Amino acid sequence: MIHALTFYLFALVGVLSAVMVVLNRNPVHGVLWLILAFFNAAGLFVLMGAEFIAMLVVVVYVGAVAVLFLFVVMMLDINFLGLREGFLKYMPFGAALAVILAVEVVILFLDWTLAGEAMALRAAPIPDVSQVSNTEALGNLIYTQYVYLFQVSGLLLLVAMVGAIVLTHRTSPSVRRQRIADQVHRRREQVLDVKSVRSRGGI
Amino acid sequence: MADLWNDVLWPLIIIIAQILLIVLPLLLAVAYLTYAERKVIGAMQLRKGPNVVGPFGLLQPIADGAKLFLKETIIPTGADRPVFILAPMLTFILALIGWAVIPFDEGWVLSDINVGVLYLLAISGLGVYGIIMAGWASNSKYAFLGGLRSAAQMVSYEISMGLIIISVLLTAGTLNLSEIVQAQANGVWYALPHFPMFVLFVVSILAETNRAPFDLPEAEAELVGGYNVEYSAMTFALFFLGEYANMILMSAIAVVLFLGGWLPPLDMAPFTWVPGIIWFALKVCAILFVFLWARATFPRYRYDQLMRLGWKVFLPLSLAWVVLTAGVLVAFDALPQ
Repeated sequence: MIHALTFYLFALVGVLSAVMVVLNRNPVHGVLWLILAFFNAAGLFVLMGAEFIAMLVVVVYVGAVAVLFLFVVMMLDINFLGLREGFLKYMPFGAALAVILAVEVVILFLDWTLAGEAMALRAAPIPDVSQVSNTEALGNLIYTQYVYLFQVSGLLLLVAMVGAIVLTHRTSPSVRRQRIADQVHRRREQVLDVKSVRSRGGI
Repeated sequence: MADLWNDVLWPLIIIIAQILLIVLPLLLAVAYLTYAERKVIGAMQLRKGPNVVGPFGLLQPIADGAKLFLKETIIPTGADRPVFILAPMLTFILALIGWAVIPFDEGWVLSDINVGVLYLLAISGLGVYGIIMAGWASNSKYAFLGGLRSAAQMVSYEISMGLIIISVLLTAGTLNLSEIVQAQANGVWYALPHFPMFVLFVVSILAETNRAPFDLPEAEAELVGGYNVEYSAMTFALFFLGEYANMILMSAIAVVLFLGGWLPPLDMAPFTWVPGIIWFALKVCAILFVFLWARATFPRYRYDQLMRLGWKVFLPLSLAWVVLTAGVLVAFDALPQ
């Protein structure tokens, strides 16, 4: 009973906060609702016994990705009155798009079958859940069977990172930069001159 | 009815009692940490520190708490009310829920989960929201700058903290905090083989909790008071309590990961007579003293130096140490099974 109650709590709050992301007029509130939705998704993962994934969702999505979202959205200079303008102009187009998406999802669900192997795997996971922990089971799969895919996804992320740095990094000659090595190599003799001053004598 | 009592209500009462057993001493510890901080810094600066309220000034934290409680809570007109109120509550709650997985002694842990280390990383990663929300909701430029700084700072240092923890996990072979301590019982405390990482971890937790010399979010000389400049009374007190509870939590994590948790320093007669929780508390106090010592000793880092230290020094060092640890463990066939 407790299990079902917690499930409904997480599911309800998750769906509601996802709706609030869209309905909110203030984008910062939107991101905060999105974080709540992520959090509830993590809760659902815990209920399913996928504790490792749950923690990763919180660490990666809530702890890092959403912080960057919030970072960017907070800096936006938004005119809240301007947001209402042109609502009627865009409404038909938006509504049409929503209807098309909804119809596609419905069609997809009508024709949805799961592969037999996948169902068999779901019924009896290969390393029995009661014998190994989440972390071990995932590690055994990722680093043996899927090691090449894992490495390739790492490379993809590296390429994305290098690309982002190349796109945004500019060196302009007018900017004076700090040279750490010079600063560290500066000695006391170069900058300080200790004089013994005679009383009432001055330098 | 009996079912409901046995299956639901009685466990609920037990859990709430356990939570109170953790939270009440914790709040007392937080109060006396502020007192200890003022006394220690006073001693280091040849001052007396608080010595007027009660014997040796021992009632000072209670007087401070009462003062904050009686002040008026001011919410600025331009502030975003719900977020403004939510931010200090979030900071305080996050500082408390981390304690759910900390093992105080053998078997003395509220929730002995398999992914304890990840849970702690997740909780400390969430800590940034309290500060960034406070900075934004205050609708003040100083508070906003403080919030942005701290977001960048905490995200940066979390990465190197994660890598440092990975080398400990490689040696222990588990993510469960009690088992990490048990693994140190069989060998040595991880502060010895991982000594450079221990130092890096202590510096990182200084940055993660926004303490001196990395207290840029509240740099009073440039930002007036940083993210909490618009807060008063209990809303401010919650930030304050949250910051100190976080310091104790981070010290406890360092103790569990590197200093052998509740284990006595030597496994022989006079040391084993002392109960484990006393050893745990003593070790936490030792790390907390380093926090206070650093605050009394070092000037504040400049923002770009802070970022440089995090990304260009700590990150490569901890990454290299992970590779080294893994290499040594594989080469000597010492990987935990």
